[in-house]
Amino acid sequence: MPEDAPSLRLQSLDYSVLQQCMHCGMCLPTCPTYDTTGIETNSPRGRISLMRTIADGELELSKTFSDEMYYCLGCLACTSACPAGVDYAHMFEAARADIEDHQLLDTSERRFWRSLSVKFIFMRPKWLRFIGSSMRFYQQSGLQNLLRKIGFMKLLPKNLQELEPMTPTIQDAFTDEIVAEFESPASTKPTYKVGMLSGCVQDIAFSDVNRDTVDVLLANNCEVITPRNQGCCGSLHSHNGEIELAKDLARKAIDSFDLDKLDAIISNAGGCGSHLRHYGRLLSDDPQYAKRAHQWDSKVKDIHEWLMSIDLRELGPLATPAEITYHPSCHLYHGQKVMKQPSQLLASIPNVTLKVLKEADWCCGSAGVYNITQPEQAKLLQDRKVDNIKATGCKIVATSNPGCHLQIQNGLGSDYCVRHPISILAEAYRNT
Amino acid sequence: MDTHSIVQELIALLGQESVLTKKEDLICYSFDGTASLKCMPLAVVFPTTTQEVSVTIQLASKHQVGISTRGSGTGLSGGSVPAENSIVIATGRMNRILEYDQENLTLLVEPGLVTNRISETVEADGLFYPPDPSSMKVSTIGGNVANNSGGLRGLKYGVTRDYIMGLEVVLANGEIAWLGSKCVKDVAGYSLKDLFIGSEGTLGIITKVLLKLIPKPEARKTLLALYDSMDDAAATVSKIISSKIIPCTLEFIDQYTLQCVEDFAQIGLPTDCGAVLLMETDGFPAQVESETEQMKSIALEMRAREVRIAATKEEGVALATARRSAFAAVARIRPTTILEDVTVPRDKLVEMTQFVRETAARHNVRIANYGHFGDGNLHPTILADERDEEEMKRVHHAMDDLITKTIELKGTITGEHGIGLAKKKYLKEQFQDHSYELLKLVKRSFDPNNLLNPGKIFDA
Ligand SMILES: Cc1cc2nc3c(=O)[nH]c(=O)nc-3n(C[C@H](O)[C@H](O)[C@H](O)COP(=O)(O)OP(=O)(O)OC[C@H]3O[C@@H](n4cnc5c(N)ncnc54)[C@H](O)[C@@H]3O)c2cc1C
Ligand code: SF4
Ligand code: SF4
Repeated sequence: MPEDAPSLRLQSLDYSVLQQCMHCGMCLPTCPTYDTTGIETNSPRGRISLMRTIADGELELSKTFSDEMYYCLGCLACTSACPAGVDYAHMFEAARADIEDHQLLDTSERRFWRSLSVKFIFMRPKWLRFIGSSMRFYQQSGLQNLLRKIGFMKLLPKNLQELEPMTPTIQDAFTDEIVAEFESPASTKPTYKVGMLSGCVQDIAFSDVNRDTVDVLLANNCEVITPRNQGCCGSLHSHNGEIELAKDLARKAIDSFDLDKLDAIISNAGGCGSHLRHYGRLLSDDPQYAKRAHQWDSKVKDIHEWLMSIDLRELGPLATPAEITYHPSCHLYHGQKVMKQPSQLLASIPNVTLKVLKEADWCCGSAGVYNITQPEQAKLLQDRKVDNIKATGCKIVATSNPGCHLQIQNGLGSDYCVRHPISILAEAYRNT
Repeated sequence: MDTHSIVQELIALLGQESVLTKKEDLICYSFDGTASLKCMPLAVVFPTTTQEVSVTIQLASKHQVGISTRGSGTGLSGGSVPAENSIVIATGRMNRILEYDQENLTLLVEPGLVTNRISETVEADGLFYPPDPSSMKVSTIGGNVANNSGGLRGLKYGVTRDYIMGLEVVLANGEIAWLGSKCVKDVAGYSLKDLFIGSEGTLGIITKVLLKLIPKPEARKTLLALYDSMDDAAATVSKIISSKIIPCTLEFIDQYTLQCVEDFAQIGLPTDCGAVLLMETDGFPAQVESETEQMKSIALEMRAREVRIAATKEEGVALATARRSAFAAVARIRPTTILEDVTVPRDKLVEMTQFVRETAARHNVRIANYGHFGDGNLHPTILADERDEEEMKRVHHAMDDLITKTIELKGTITGEHGIGLAKKKYLKEQFQDHSYELLKLVKRSFDPNNLLNPGKIFDA
């Protein structure tokens, strides 16, 4: 451990958070890593006891502990199962931040990729879009196919090779090019005024979902403000132990909206929303931002949640009747507890038959950058998800998080179509 | 004691992947579901066969180290908290279903099988395994047998013991014994399997379990009665039982518990009631209909504010599931939950629930109360913070009072969780005559060197 190592966040955490787990074990069967190994150490109850033992000063922050905390998917299934209301996410983020602060998993390769991605690219919206544009060129120019053919990818480290087919197909246009900063419903006076978060991965890989979100909001009488040049929300950073960077990004996000004038700030990516709702806690020790961060938390709404809380306008049919199944993203379902609304929305489209997905609330293995850091466990979960989807007989899967979208699409292959529920809704509104 | 060579021998016998020795791993196996008890073992092993269990015991015996067996560690009396310097045998990898005999209505399974896998396996064939501890999605059948666990259906269907036809056990010297048979009637010799049921891992290690199955009831109905006062709920239970109705479930929860359960499950339970009774009847459709009506009118007669009948099977399951979360949900109020398991004859229920309330007031502690009203088994749960020493003193006084009263009412200090470590100091109060010596005599004849789960139940 470096000499000037900072004090442990786990030790400064409010003790009641650590003490809340009464080790009943009710969470065990919902944890994907425990399901794989059957070892307590790989379970929520085990991880919590390790975090508490560290906070109590009876165990050092060790490499074994660090590996364990990165084996955890951060899927938060354990929090939905926990009757005692344990705030696992809070402890988990503190633990990962301690691990990064103390450089416990430091290797030069890991450092390089982390600083390039988490610390550099995802901190700078322009760079992210520049990379997006270059990848768009790379994919459209045929360069991608050429390099794949000549086996260039085999020269990359194994983790990156596995990642390459996973890189999203970059959209022809980013959000700012297809969504105007201010958009109002055409015919009527708007009932609500909302801000829209365009996301980062969402923006370059799924900007069409952002367009669809605006369309659905307009159809429901909302005026939509989409600030230009938005950055990353910082969820990737806080889940990967970079709390300070996450704070910077949170401040930037808050600054880009006029909170007093908005009824809601809409997020359409499950993983981002779950983090976005906790800026209050993140910035609680920042006197300048603490109050506004709380106001922010109260205004952030997931798009499905928002639509079900207002008077939903009637939906038209899809172009062709469809059987659809829905995979809830972990951070929408377990993180934000938006559990029923997406299915309710889809089921209200006249010619959609919604089929129940077995183990729907089970992680697909995407889990942020988990599929890069823990490819084996990620693959296990991807296969399990794919099998369950195939068993429904549906060719269309709805899911509302870019990570899940890519993971599931890659697992299913091109015979299947993965869509954001809101894109399906947008299509239904276009047919009214 | 040479820890290093014990570990090396374990690895040589079972293979590296079946032995855990890192401090991080040992910490995770140092506790079970009981508050405030922990102790690190020297190693955790995962045998996959009876033979591997046997060689592990022989090795422990050679080095004179203790063995603590662990299923899923959901026990509530500290039964699977390891004894000092002991080896933990975790049964999780012995979790196969070995034989499903639909002719004789039996199922032969390994001890690490998770309890609700049994129902999942047999229910599609119209068969039924009734014991349903609230922890059934997590607990193992081995743990259920070792603790003789009950559940929500105990009132009508009995407890784990009533469904055990045979056991394979590994004894303290490593020998393997098969006890019992597939025969419905069997009086050959002592009923040794019954000694192992509820033995909490102190007499031998259970490696196979032969379960009895019964036909699945055709119909089931769930009712929820809401009361302003706990005494009215208790009176309802007495009246139902004296009317010769034996419903399969009669569970109650008090107001504290109700608030926590609703906070977690969010199924629209009214949190301003003084008590709620969850009742379930099953059997032939006509019988279920008539019992439902009778129970409803008894509840109303006993001043229930409202009686709801679950409209669908799913709604019934949701209500029962909410009740199952009670124990962990009350931890929402205070971090340390000290759970009692006192059980009294059913005609003493009103007296005992009143006493629980008085005890809370007398010692200025918070007690949430819920449990299996129908079989007299209460779970008064004291809510506290283990870091507050002064409060913990009051908590212990309250516990002592509850135990004394239970024994005075000719009840038992534990209805289903076992003695383990948590209730050890009270056992002698209940076993006042020669019966306490008899317990020790049994232990000494099965395990003369005190290697199996040493320190549990009593000091041998
Ligand atoms: C939320 C919750 C609800 C609960 N509800 C109920 C309930 O409704 N009714 C009830 O009766 N209990 C209940 N319990 C208690 C507990 O779940 C039961 O005692 C259960 O049977 C323990 O099973 P386990 O596999 O977790 O065993 P463990 O806790 O691991 O072990 C329990 C005891 O059995 C011994 N043991 C385990 N496996 C073997 C074996 N193969 N051979 C020999 N000894 C063995 C252990 O040494 C220990 O003494 C509940 C617990 C929790 C946390
Ligand atoms: S996290 Fe919750 S469910 Fe899991 S052991 Fe702790 S209290 Fe029980
Ligand atoms: S977050 Fe997911 S992987 Fe991690 S402990 Fe909880 S359930 Fe297990």
